[in-house]
Amino acid sequence: MRLRGDVDLSCSPDARKSILASLAQGQHTLVDLSEVSYIDSSGVASLVEGFQTARKHALRFGLLGVSDAAMSVLELARLDKVFPIHANLAARLEADG
Amino acid sequence: MAQVLALRFAADPAELKRMREQVREAGRASGWSDKLTGELLIAINEACANIIEHAYGRDRSGEIVLEILNNENEIEVVLTDFAAPMDLGRVHGRALDDVRPGGLGTHFMNEIMDRCVYAHLAGRAGNVLRMRKNLGR
Repeated sequence: MRLRGDVDLSCSPDARKSILASLAQGQHTLVDLSEVSYIDSSGVASLVEGFQTARKHALRFGLLGVSDAAMSVLELARLDKVFPIHANLAARLEADG
Repeated sequence: MAQVLALRFAADPAELKRMREQVREAGRASGWSDKLTGELLIAINEACANIIEHAYGRDRSGEIVLEILNNENEIEVVLTDFAAPMDLGRVHGRALDDVRPGGLGTHFMNEIMDRCVYAHLAGRAGNVLRMRKNLGR
Protein backbone atom coordinates (compact mmCIF):
# COMPACT_ATOMS: atom_id res chain seq x y z
CA MET A 1 0.00 0.00 0.00
CA ARG A 2 1.09 3.57 -0.56
CA LEU A 3 0.76 6.62 1.68
CA ARG A 4 0.86 10.00 -0.02
CA GLY A 5 1.21 13.66 0.89
CA ASP A 6 0.93 14.82 4.49
CA VAL A 7 0.22 11.99 6.93
CA ASP A 8 -0.95 13.73 10.09
CA LEU A 9 -3.68 13.50 12.68
CA SER A 10 -6.32 14.28 10.03
CA CYS A 11 -5.65 11.10 8.03
CA SER A 12 -3.48 8.79 10.14
CA PRO A 13 -6.58 6.98 11.53
CA ASP A 14 -7.39 5.96 7.92
CA ALA A 15 -3.81 4.86 7.31
CA ARG A 16 -3.91 2.81 10.51
CA LYS A 17 -7.17 1.14 9.45
CA SER A 18 -5.77 0.24 6.01
CA ILE A 19 -2.57 -1.21 7.45
CA LEU A 20 -4.39 -3.26 10.09
CA ALA A 21 -7.01 -4.43 7.54
CA SER A 22 -4.25 -5.72 5.27
CA LEU A 23 -2.64 -7.61 8.14
CA ALA A 24 -6.02 -8.92 9.33
CA GLN A 25 -6.35 -10.61 5.93
CA GLY A 26 -3.12 -12.44 6.66
CA GLN A 27 -1.17 -10.47 4.06
CA HIS A 28 2.50 -9.57 4.35
CA THR A 29 2.40 -5.78 4.14
CA LEU A 30 4.75 -3.24 2.61
CA VAL A 31 4.02 0.46 3.02
CA ASP A 32 5.42 2.73 0.30
CA LEU A 33 6.40 6.10 1.78
CA SER A 34 8.11 7.51 -1.33
CA GLU A 35 5.38 10.12 -1.85
CA VAL A 36 5.02 11.17 1.78
CA SER A 37 5.82 14.87 2.15
CA TYR A 38 5.23 15.00 5.90
CA ILE A 39 4.49 12.44 8.60
CA ASP A 40 3.77 13.19 12.24
CA SER A 41 3.89 11.03 15.36
CA SER A 42 0.35 9.74 14.77
CA GLY A 43 1.39 8.48 11.32
CA VAL A 44 4.52 6.89 12.76
CA ALA A 45 2.37 5.31 15.49
CA SER A 46 0.26 3.65 12.77
CA LEU A 47 3.40 2.14 11.27
CA VAL A 48 4.60 0.94 14.68
CA GLU A 49 1.24 -0.68 15.35
CA GLY A 50 1.37 -2.38 11.95
CA PHE A 51 4.90 -3.62 12.63
CA GLN A 52 3.93 -5.03 16.02
CA THR A 53 0.71 -6.60 14.73
CA ALA A 54 2.60 -8.27 11.89
CA ARG A 55 5.17 -9.67 14.28
CA LYS A 56 2.45 -11.03 16.53
CA HIS A 57 0.88 -12.91 13.60
CA ALA A 58 4.17 -14.02 12.03
CA LEU A 59 3.65 -11.75 9.01
CA ARG A 60 6.20 -9.57 7.27
CA PHE A 61 5.93 -5.80 7.52
CA GLY A 62 8.25 -3.27 5.96
CA LEU A 63 8.64 0.17 4.46
CA LEU A 64 9.54 0.99 0.86
CA GLY A 65 11.21 4.02 -0.69
CA VAL A 66 11.04 6.14 2.45
CA SER A 67 11.08 9.82 1.45
CA ASP A 68 13.62 12.18 3.05
CA ALA A 69 10.84 13.91 4.98
CA ALA A 70 9.57 10.62 6.41
CA MET A 71 13.08 9.32 7.10
CA SER A 72 13.99 12.37 9.18
CA VAL A 73 10.98 11.70 11.42
CA LEU A 74 11.77 7.98 11.69
CA GLU A 75 15.33 8.91 12.67
CA LEU A 76 14.05 11.35 15.28
CA ALA A 77 11.98 8.50 16.74
CA ARG A 78 15.01 6.19 16.36
CA LEU A 79 12.82 3.80 14.42
CA ASP A 80 14.94 3.82 11.26
CA LYS A 81 16.78 0.79 12.63
CA VAL A 82 13.61 -0.94 13.85
CA PHE A 83 11.56 -1.13 10.64
CA PRO A 84 12.74 -3.23 7.72
CA ILE A 85 13.31 -0.49 5.10
CA HIS A 86 13.92 -1.18 1.40
CA ALA A 87 14.66 1.21 -1.45
CA ASN A 88 11.91 -0.34 -3.58
CA LEU A 89 10.01 -3.56 -4.21
CA ALA A 90 12.86 -5.09 -6.21
CA ALA A 91 15.22 -4.57 -3.27
CA ARG A 92 12.66 -6.14 -0.98
CA LEU A 93 12.36 -9.22 -3.20
CA GLU A 94 16.12 -9.45 -3.50
CA ALA A 95 16.40 -9.39 0.30
CA ASP A 96 14.09 -12.40 0.33
CA GLY A 97 16.53 -14.25 -1.88
CA MET B 1 11.86 39.65 20.34
CA ALA B 2 10.14 40.33 17.03
CA GLN B 3 6.91 38.61 16.12
CA VAL B 4 7.32 36.28 13.15
CA LEU B 5 3.82 34.79 13.06
CA ALA B 6 0.54 35.03 14.95
CA LEU B 7 -2.29 32.61 14.16
CA ARG B 8 -5.59 31.68 15.76
CA PHE B 9 -7.19 28.51 14.44
CA ALA B 10 -9.71 25.81 15.32
CA ALA B 11 -8.44 22.85 17.34
CA ASP B 12 -9.25 20.51 14.47
CA PRO B 13 -6.85 18.06 12.78
CA ALA B 14 -8.01 19.42 9.41
CA GLU B 15 -6.40 22.78 10.30
CA LEU B 16 -2.92 21.38 10.88
CA LYS B 17 -1.81 21.38 7.25
CA ARG B 18 -2.73 25.04 6.77
CA MET B 19 -0.95 25.91 10.01
CA ARG B 20 2.20 24.12 8.78
CA GLU B 21 2.07 26.00 5.47
CA GLN B 22 1.95 29.32 7.30
CA VAL B 23 4.85 28.35 9.56
CA ARG B 24 6.82 27.29 6.47
CA GLU B 25 6.08 30.63 4.81
CA ALA B 26 7.10 32.51 7.98
CA GLY B 27 10.36 30.53 8.02
CA ARG B 28 11.07 31.52 4.41
CA ALA B 29 10.34 35.17 5.16
CA SER B 30 12.62 35.04 8.22
CA GLY B 31 15.50 33.43 6.34
CA TRP B 32 15.52 30.21 8.38
CA SER B 33 17.24 27.21 6.84
CA ASP B 34 15.07 24.40 5.47
CA LYS B 35 16.42 22.16 8.26
CA LEU B 36 15.47 24.62 11.00
CA THR B 37 12.03 25.24 9.51
CA GLY B 38 11.46 21.49 9.14
CA GLU B 39 12.39 20.87 12.77
CA LEU B 40 10.19 23.69 14.04
CA LEU B 41 7.31 22.38 11.92
CA ILE B 42 7.57 18.99 13.59
CA ALA B 43 7.71 20.43 17.13
CA ILE B 44 4.85 22.89 16.56
CA ASN B 45 2.68 20.30 14.79
CA GLU B 46 3.15 17.80 17.63
CA ALA B 47 2.35 20.43 20.26
CA CYS B 48 -0.84 21.38 18.37
CA ALA B 49 -1.79 17.71 17.93
CA ASN B 50 -1.36 17.18 21.69
CA ILE B 51 -3.67 20.13 22.38
CA ILE B 52 -6.27 18.78 19.95
CA GLU B 53 -6.11 15.22 21.27
CA HIS B 54 -5.47 15.68 24.96
CA ALA B 55 -6.53 19.20 25.99
CA TYR B 56 -9.70 19.54 23.90
CA GLY B 57 -10.41 15.85 23.34
CA ARG B 58 -13.32 15.52 20.95
CA ASP B 59 -14.32 19.18 21.23
CA ARG B 60 -13.61 20.70 17.81
CA SER B 61 -14.99 24.12 18.81
CA GLY B 62 -11.88 25.01 20.81
CA GLU B 63 -9.19 27.31 19.53
CA ILE B 64 -5.40 27.38 19.48
CA VAL B 65 -3.33 30.55 19.37
CA LEU B 66 0.15 30.20 17.91
CA GLU B 67 2.75 32.94 18.20
CA ILE B 68 6.32 32.70 16.97
CA LEU B 69 8.91 35.26 17.98
CA ASN B 70 12.60 35.46 17.27
CA ASN B 71 15.74 37.46 17.68
CA GLU B 72 19.26 36.75 16.55
CA ASN B 73 19.83 34.21 19.33
CA GLU B 74 16.66 32.18 19.65
CA ILE B 75 13.17 31.37 18.46
CA GLU B 76 10.27 31.23 20.87
CA VAL B 77 7.02 29.44 20.08
CA VAL B 78 4.03 30.16 22.31
CA LEU B 79 0.93 27.96 22.04
CA THR B 80 -2.17 28.85 24.01
CA ASP B 81 -5.34 26.81 24.37
CA PHE B 82 -8.53 27.51 26.30
CA ALA B 83 -9.30 23.97 27.42
CA ALA B 84 -9.52 22.78 31.01
CA PRO B 85 -6.19 23.19 32.82
CA MET B 86 -4.17 20.02 32.26
CA ASP B 87 -2.29 18.03 34.87
CA LEU B 88 1.19 19.40 34.22
CA GLY B 89 2.80 16.42 35.96
CA ARG B 90 1.46 14.06 33.30
CA VAL B 91 3.17 15.70 30.34
CA HIS B 92 6.17 13.60 29.43
CA GLY B 93 7.53 11.57 26.53
CA ARG B 94 8.38 7.91 26.66
CA ALA B 95 11.58 5.91 26.52
CA LEU B 96 12.40 5.23 22.88
CA ASP B 97 13.55 1.68 23.49
CA ASP B 98 9.95 0.97 24.50
CA VAL B 99 8.70 0.50 20.91
CA ARG B 100 4.97 1.14 20.95
CA PRO B 101 2.56 3.32 18.97
CA GLY B 102 1.97 6.35 21.28
CA GLY B 103 3.95 8.95 23.19
CA LEU B 104 6.30 10.07 20.44
CA GLY B 105 5.02 13.64 20.04
CA THR B 106 6.39 14.95 23.33
CA HIS B 107 9.69 13.21 22.62
CA PHE B 108 9.91 15.01 19.24
CA MET B 109 9.25 18.37 20.92
CA ASN B 110 11.88 17.81 23.60
CA GLU B 111 14.41 16.52 21.09
CA ILE B 112 14.04 19.50 18.75
CA MET B 113 13.52 22.38 21.16
CA ASP B 114 15.95 23.45 23.86
CA ARG B 115 13.24 24.22 26.39
CA CYS B 116 9.52 23.38 26.73
CA VAL B 117 7.65 24.94 29.65
CA TYR B 118 3.97 24.33 30.35
CA ALA B 119 1.80 26.59 32.51
CA HIS B 120 -1.84 27.23 33.19
CA LEU B 121 -3.37 30.33 31.65
CA ALA B 122 -3.77 33.08 34.24
CA GLY B 123 -7.26 34.30 35.02
CA ARG B 124 -9.21 31.80 32.89
CA ALA B 125 -9.28 28.17 31.78
CA GLY B 126 -6.45 27.26 29.47
CA ASN B 127 -2.84 26.25 29.06
CA VAL B 128 0.27 27.89 27.67
CA LEU B 129 3.25 26.08 26.22
CA ARG B 130 6.44 28.07 25.64
CA MET B 131 9.10 26.35 23.54
CA ARG B 132 12.51 27.88 22.85
CA LYS B 133 15.19 26.96 20.39
CA ASN B 134 18.67 28.42 20.59
CA LEU B 135 20.06 29.41 17.23
CA GLY B 136 23.66 28.90 18.32
CA ARG B 137 25.01 31.94 16.57
